[in-house]
Amino acid sequence: MTRFVFFLPVIVFFALAVLLWQGLFLDTKALPSMLIDKPMPEFALTTVDGEEVTNVDLPDQIFLLNIWGSYCLPCLIEHPTFMRLAEEGEIPVVGVNYRDRQGLAVNWLGENGNPFEFSILDESGRFGIDLGVYGAPETYLVDSDGVIRYRHVSVLDESVWREEFIPAIAELRGGVSL
Amino acid sequence: MSKLNLFFCLILVLLMFGNPRASVAQVDTFEFQTTEQQQRFRKLSDELRCPMCQNTNLSGSTGGVAQDLRREIHRMIVEGLTDVDIEEFMFDRYGDFIFYKPRFRAETAVLWFAPILFLLLGFAGGYIVWLKSKKSVDESESLDASQLNRLNDLLDSKQ
Repeated sequence: MTRFVFFLPVIVFFALAVLLWQGLFLDTKALPSMLIDKPMPEFALTTVDGEEVTNVDLPDQIFLLNIWGSYCLPCLIEHPTFMRLAEEGEIPVVGVNYRDRQGLAVNWLGENGNPFEFSILDESGRFGIDLGVYGAPETYLVDSDGVIRYRHVSVLDESVWREEFIPAIAELRGGVSL
Repeated sequence: MSKLNLFFCLILVLLMFGNPRASVAQVDTFEFQTTEQQQRFRKLSDELRCPMCQNTNLSGSTGGVAQDLRREIHRMIVEGLTDVDIEEFMFDRYGDFIFYKPRFRAETAVLWFAPILFLLLGFAGGYIVWLKSKKSVDESESLDASQLNRLNDLLDSKQ
């Protein structure tokens, strides 16, 4: 017993060291989203093309909601993945053009291709706040009931798609057949 | 120490005591109806953390989302919402992260109580060590009759 008490500080030290060591590898940039398992916030905005959109216009199946902007370089990096997903019809992608200018957004889509069903125009960033967005790019996975199920912060490339989104979608589809 | 070194030391000391916030606060042109509203705005944007450029508060951040959130705080203050309402608004969207001073909830209880707990543990540990040392001193200083006899015998046999 006294032996144990004698070594207690050493044991506590190592336990703390292991804990703090693991802390070094935490991704502190990716904040947990408050909207997981909550419905998409209500919106009544226009698309980048000037058409009115509300929640009713969202796909009634599982879809991706991608936050993008013409100023955003990482968005250009993840763009080919969204183009492929759209071309192969794997999953519908809805865009949110976040803190951008309409003209710039239209040009960007013209230059790089448009993988989105439509892009919600959020020039003021107000809709982004309701989503808990803190910077483009971010991608949300929304289920067929319009409930947000997953969020990925920063670039969604093919490996993120494979390792994070495919399992998450499979889990969602596990219960209900689409 | 050369004069130049002394000069740099002085600047360092001045930097240490200066208010960093004062020099980096972002300039917005918000208008308020009362100075009380303005003070609330300043307090809230000082106490809320920018979710994008982490480790700066909203008032010190040039980030887009910080700009938007300052605008929202202004709007809500002018619309007559209370500080509690505004904090709730922020929490619903950005979670505990947004608060430099986390709110007291079941999930944050550990954060608030751990320092007190560790302090009490430290005191308890110190007290036990003190008790033990006191006990051993008491025991070692006084010998009972039989111990005294043995000591004397030992001393005698040596001579």
